[in-house]
Amino acid sequence: MPEEFRLILKYADQPGYTPDMECYLRHGGYEALKKALAIQPKTLPDGKTMSGPEQIREDVKVSGLRGRGGAGFSCGLKWSFVDRKSGKPIYLICNADESEPGTFKDRQILHKDPHQMIEGMIISCFANDVKLAYIYIRGEFPEGARILNRALKEAREKNFLGKNILGSGYDLEIHVHRGAGAYICGEETGLIESLEGKRAYPRIKPPYFPAILGLYMCPTIVNNVETLCHVKHVVMMGGAEYAKIGTPNNTGTRIVSVSGQVKKPGYYEVEVGKATMGQLINDFAGGLFEGRKLKAVIPGGSSAKVFKAGEKFKLKKKGPDGKDIEHEVDMLDLPYDFDSLMAAGSMSGSGAIIVMDDSTDIVEALANLSEFYAHESCGQCTPCREGSLWMSKTLHRMTHGQGRKQDADYLLKIADNIPGGRTICAFGEACSWPVQSFVGKFKDEFIAKGEADEAKGEADEAKRAAASSGAGPTAELKIAASPNH
Amino acid sequence: MSIAATTENKPAAPAIETIKIKVDGKEIAVPKTMPDPISGKPIPTTMIQACALATIDVPHYCYHPKLPVAGNCRMCLVEFGTPAMGPDRKPVMNPDGTPKIAKSPRPAIACATPVSPGMEIYTTTPAVKQMREGVLEFLLINHPLDCPICDQAGECKLQEYSVDYGQATSRFVEEKVHKPKRVDLGPRIVLDDERCILCTRCIRFSKDIVGDDALGIVNRGSYNTLSAYPGKAFDNNYTLNTVDICPVGALTSKDFRFKMRVWFLKETKSVCTSCATGCSIVIGSREEKIYRYEPRENDAVNSTWMCDYGRLNYKWINREDRLTDVKIGQAQTTWSNVLKQIADKLAKAQSGSVAIVASARQTTEELFLLAKLAKKFNAITDSIPRTGEGDKLLLSTDRNPNSNGAKLTGIASAQMGANLPKIAEGIRNGSIKTLIVFGEDMTKHGIGADLLGKLDNLIVSDILPNKTTEAATYLLPGCAHAEKRGSFVNGKGRVQRFLKAIEPRGEARPEWEFLHELVHNVTGQNGYATIEGLFNQMAKEIPAFNGVTWAALGDTGVTIQI
Ligand SMILES: Cc1cc2nc3c(=O)[nH]c(=O)nc-3n(C[C@H](O)[C@H](O)[C@H](O)COP(=O)(O)O)c2cc1C
Ligand code: SF4
Ligand code: SF4
Ligand code: SF4
Ligand code: FES
Repeated sequence: MPEEFRLILKYADQPGYTPDMECYLRHGGYEALKKALAIQPKTLPDGKTMSGPEQIREDVKVSGLRGRGGAGFSCGLKWSFVDRKSGKPIYLICNADESEPGTFKDRQILHKDPHQMIEGMIISCFANDVKLAYIYIRGEFPEGARILNRALKEAREKNFLGKNILGSGYDLEIHVHRGAGAYICGEETGLIESLEGKRAYPRIKPPYFPAILGLYMCPTIVNNVETLCHVKHVVMMGGAEYAKIGTPNNTGTRIVSVSGQVKKPGYYEVEVGKATMGQLINDFAGGLFEGRKLKAVIPGGSSAKVFKAGEKFKLKKKGPDGKDIEHEVDMLDLPYDFDSLMAAGSMSGSGAIIVMDDSTDIVEALANLSEFYAHESCGQCTPCREGSLWMSKTLHRMTHGQGRKQDADYLLKIADNIPGGRTICAFGEACSWPVQSFVGKFKDEFIAKGEADEAKGEADEAKRAAASSGAGPTAELKIAASPNH
Repeated sequence: MSIAATTENKPAAPAIETIKIKVDGKEIAVPKTMPDPISGKPIPTTMIQACALATIDVPHYCYHPKLPVAGNCRMCLVEFGTPAMGPDRKPVMNPDGTPKIAKSPRPAIACATPVSPGMEIYTTTPAVKQMREGVLEFLLINHPLDCPICDQAGECKLQEYSVDYGQATSRFVEEKVHKPKRVDLGPRIVLDDERCILCTRCIRFSKDIVGDDALGIVNRGSYNTLSAYPGKAFDNNYTLNTVDICPVGALTSKDFRFKMRVWFLKETKSVCTSCATGCSIVIGSREEKIYRYEPRENDAVNSTWMCDYGRLNYKWINREDRLTDVKIGQAQTTWSNVLKQIADKLAKAQSGSVAIVASARQTTEELFLLAKLAKKFNAITDSIPRTGEGDKLLLSTDRNPNSNGAKLTGIASAQMGANLPKIAEGIRNGSIKTLIVFGEDMTKHGIGADLLGKLDNLIVSDILPNKTTEAATYLLPGCAHAEKRGSFVNGKGRVQRFLKAIEPRGEARPEWEFLHELVHNVTGQNGYATIEGLFNQMAKEIPAFNGVTWAALGDTGVTIQI
């Protein structure tokens, strides 16, 4: 069994480790920043010179670092899209909105080791010529915001922030902005709107790509908390060295949040791709409760498509001769990385595994998720706005004794009209993928529920008819009141 | 060829770079950029603009050519492809030598996606059809079944697209979302939130065109609800434009709602008369009664907007006390009689003893004819200036629609109203014996009933009764612009014509008609008995018009140098 590999959470859970500056400095804090600021311009073989910031950006590319916020997009590539010729200021935003159900990794960093993130952020800002940056933190983290503000104050006092940082001539200010409690504020363009003081309506792309027209219509980088922490380590150990952690194209470590029906729910930092889903569930998280069997796993936060226990996938693997060989993998044997889960039709998303055992009513589980999405849809674009509530209402009906046989197909048809570029932001996928995958993979359970309700309805009807002997008014069948959003 | 007047004031634009694309197999070259609706700066041409140029309809709700793009309704989703690039970054060719097109796996909204060279847009594929059906189904599940009582019925995009692109049946069995009905949004508008499809056109119009960030959306998801700021009325001078651009019946005009089914309305192209901007409008009328004004697109004048003040200023036309009788003193008479008597009287008038006050609300043709009379009698003439507060968008401080017409015909000088004291003095000292007044109440402009009483002849033409019409020796009932044809020259020199929407009341006749007779009777000059001929004659005689013709005015007019 692989061990945890604690890079980001190396100190966080050690006894006596506190979130203040002194403790961080005692543990080698801000050495990466000093190293970054000291990088000298380098002359390339073609005679061009490469500035320190350019070298960091290159190193981040070399490291293979991929975003930990959800999409797993290459961090170096994202930074390379930034419009550096516009003459406008470049902004960087740390996405600390952590709101994907099942995800609780950023909060560990924010609460226990804020300076690590701030250091990563300062280096990322320096690498991108950013003079003003923001930490957008979800409203439900009041303590996190307090800790961050204190840490920023400490950083200013030590001149890791502010004017002429450590005599380098580089100026940077970072502000904390608290959200007001909406999932959609985690979507980067919704976040930007919210930061500008508006409703978090995600922006259309084109034309509003953050790298070109982001915050205040200026080039903007949005990175997740965990991603920014990794930048510190890339600088500290060098991109090539960092890339040795994890597996090819899936480098570094990942903090995986495991929740649901397991004995030891919690967060586990592992090398990307070195542990399988099964190991994370059964070894790290202690496995299922006694006598229980696995039913389903959501591998990457509630938006990711569900895996059914026993599901098999055909994956390609390089053989000894370098050729691709196809081999069949059980869901539990999937390496927990970006590419394998994508190849299996789902995603590692925000790195959150939600485990469901055989005591789970799969219709109830989906109803719960759908209610969340109906509540959190920003309501801007038609398919997501109307579809998310429609699916939730249907599932509410199904979990309140009013299911119909045809509801499985009814749900699929609704869900099929939402994703795939039909909506402004990826929330369209987030709300329809669970429905497509739950209903698609557990269709018999949805149909059975509908059939049972219909049979019961007919029996009740017959009873009523007998009782009223056809004379009295027929009692109306009341559909359970819809969830109140 | 002497027509120097152009349809636009701008200098000839430099040739615009075009790019070649295909829409549903049809090849077309489209400009690489088009002006941004707000800033006017060139921005990349979008698919929807390109499709419009290719005369291919792409259904849309939130897109409006004069507003910033929102991209929220998703009705305009299309499929597309772009030339495939090989690893050498060179286009890949088909065996027949045509470029290979790589079809995008994802659709795109036509309203926000720029076109690129070689792009192919597909608007009729099964996937596009299905996406449209999907969007319409989503829009309808929570839409109330209000059509039978909805003012928008008959001009509703939800109805139209449902017929064109939707499904015939619904499979929705859940309870609909309920939202506020009959919301009093402001003094002129009622909102039905259940009908609103949340396209945000009204929000963008108020914020980006008017500069009044008055409307917004509250609540989340399907409970999204359009609202004015709590406790604040939606009340600027342009609110009613939101009723026009609302694709459904969510925003209704308090003035118009429940008054008339739109399909009964006759639509006539006209011009607003409430200020010197002269917005192009459509008059909606039925059975000789006017029900509404709506703005009509004219980029040289009003884009597609008009102000609330001008829009609602039509009720006087329908008034019960309109002047309908031809009178000499208090006695009713006929047109032939009155015109003969006036001609006889004028024939005896001494040079300099006649004064003419003509309204700058008259048509240019009418002012032109009055100017001919003035010349004959060496009459002193003027008009009445009319001013009010203006704004940056449309409303002019000059509240006359045709001040420039009055100036070009010589009725008024650059200093409109400067002659009024002289006319008053002339009446007082007895040198002016005949006063001809068109469309103004002189008692409100320094020539009181006492002075009017001193005149030998007070010849008055008007539409509604006032102190001056009461004192008239000869009373000639005239027409509102909606009841005749004619033209105005707006504050910027735009000459616009308007057409007749309804019949004149009673004995009333278009002023240009009887003025034409009078001029003929008095001067012996033969003029034209048609408005076309009259306009063309005027355009030849008055240099500024540079010979432009009535026909050349078209629907949106011609700008002349003033
Ligand atoms: C509906 C939705 C919610 C999201 N919520 C979060 C979030 O809470 N935290 C986060 O870091 N990224 C979230 N994202 C992803 C961000 O849009 C963005 O991709 C990410 O912050 C980029 O950072 P990274 O490249 O470092 O991963 C969300 C995306 C969507 C579509
Ligand atoms: S997909 Fe959903 S959350 Fe995203 S913009 Fe559209 S309505 Fe809002
Ligand atoms: S009221 Fe009309 S214009 Fe305004 S958002 Fe709703 S549907 Fe669109
Ligand atoms: S701006 Fe002037 S012309 Fe236009 S609608 Fe208002 S009053 Fe009429
Ligand atoms: S017209 Fe609404 S999204 Fe394009």
